[in-house]
Amino acid sequence: MSDQEEKKSIEERIRKTRRKERWEKTCYFFASFGIVAAVWELSRALHIIDPQLFPSVFAVLKSFVTLSRDGSLQKHMYASFLRVLSGFTIGIVMAVILGFLIGWFRTVRLLIDPMTNFFRALPPIALIPLMIIFFGIGETPKIVVLCYASFFPALVVIYQALVGLDPIYIRAGKTLGATNSEIFRKIILPQLIPHIITACRVSLGVCWATLVAAELIAAQRGIGAMMVDAQNFCQMPPLVLGILLIGAISLAMDTAVRAIERRATAWQERLP
Amino acid sequence: MEKGITIEHVHMTYSGIAGTVEALRDVNFTIEPGEFICVVGPSGCGKTTLLNVVAGFLQPTSGRVLMDDREISGPGPDRGVVFQQYAVFPWLTVRENIEFGLKLKNNRTSASQTREIADHFIDLVDLNKFRDSYPKELSGGMKQRVAIARSYAVNPEVLLMDEPFGALDAQTRQFMQEALLRILAKERKTVIFITHGVEEAAFLSTRVVVMAANPGRVREIIPVDIPYPRDAAVKTTPGFIEIRARVDKVVREEFRKQRNGN
Repeated sequence: MSDQEEKKSIEERIRKTRRKERWEKTCYFFASFGIVAAVWELSRALHIIDPQLFPSVFAVLKSFVTLSRDGSLQKHMYASFLRVLSGFTIGIVMAVILGFLIGWFRTVRLLIDPMTNFFRALPPIALIPLMIIFFGIGETPKIVVLCYASFFPALVVIYQALVGLDPIYIRAGKTLGATNSEIFRKIILPQLIPHIITACRVSLGVCWATLVAAELIAAQRGIGAMMVDAQNFCQMPPLVLGILLIGAISLAMDTAVRAIERRATAWQERLP
Repeated sequence: MEKGITIEHVHMTYSGIAGTVEALRDVNFTIEPGEFICVVGPSGCGKTTLLNVVAGFLQPTSGRVLMDDREISGPGPDRGVVFQQYAVFPWLTVRENIEFGLKLKNNRTSASQTREIADHFIDLVDLNKFRDSYPKELSGGMKQRVAIARSYAVNPEVLLMDEPFGALDAQTRQFMQEALLRILAKERKTVIFITHGVEEAAFLSTRVVVMAANPGRVREIIPVDIPYPRDAAVKTTPGFIEIRARVDKVVREEFRKQRNGN
């Protein structure tokens, strides 16, 4: 019984320490951006950057409030988000499927490996002009480019992981009587999940970067389009707001994926 | 429940860059049901290859292995394997590891029975406190006990162990040897146990098979006429010391031959 109590008190202490660490991290997070804002304002005050040309923190915040009040900001963000989500999802699903085929069949691997390295080195933005000729200027070319952007980085991560799996677990499964489909579902898949999440993280980053570039070139809606509009009318606050939003959304998405990752991989050994 | 194994004229040759390697040459012996066979020999004598043939991971170049009267053609739940590298599934808890085999199509068991069997073996390997822990929280000895329990859960007739205690420190090793004998005393199995340790082989087995290298073959089979249950005290009796010395002598000779390149 005292064993149990001791264990409980240790767990309680660990939880307290964790809570304190998290609080500390949050403080530093805001302090870090506080420094950025301070340097920004100071540079304007000291005329290091032209205050006529570059808006104040306050002006950007104000444009955030006005634009979200009339709903146009939400509209742009929604459009961007939807594009990333559809392109990313299709790309990842295809990468997982093809990743398995490549990892499983030697012939497919030898055939596709050189190709992946070529296409992986090709920046997705390079495809935009071609895609516009193919698909016009609607949603299709953007989603195709985003699929492409998320597909190759994910493919490489997944099939490298598959090739690197330790065969000992498959052997162990066979001696317990597992069928091929059980080996796949119960032994290979659980080991791949952390890698699939890593692939998602990498792809989401690439996807987001590509999206903004695509929207800068041709779009009526989306954060990139909003920035082009602002540029055309020389409205500085919305332009800077766009830049900040792109960073913030990217950060938020990565944080979300990392939270999922922590939950899904509690069994993995971690470096302290 | 336990079954015997007959190894008949098993040859195994690999062809690699360096030419053909004869890993096993005409290996022949019979293991009675319930026997505990230890296989020792210098590295490269093909003892792991032999185990992999019995497990069904490798097909012999010629010859065959019979379990009772049935020829072995691939791995299966009738022959449990305990690997040196633990091979406990790190993404499952202790309980889930032990239940793994019971939830497979080939050994379908009802949910309540699965729980009952898992509880029984968790208890048998003395891991009650860790039933819901992940393997990363366990020591090497504990992981190996999970692996043993996982094999036992699907009720194999034969247990194949490939240097299972090789990576453990001396104290844990001694403890695990006694634990294994205790488990076997409660639930008898036919065992083939590969090891480097002469003392371990003499302590555990009913017979020690000493193998020679280049090519891998059976050099001598030494019976261990010491009754079970055995505990650490056995190791100081004159009978044990004599058998250990006999095994040691043959192993040393083979080791020397191998060092001198035959």
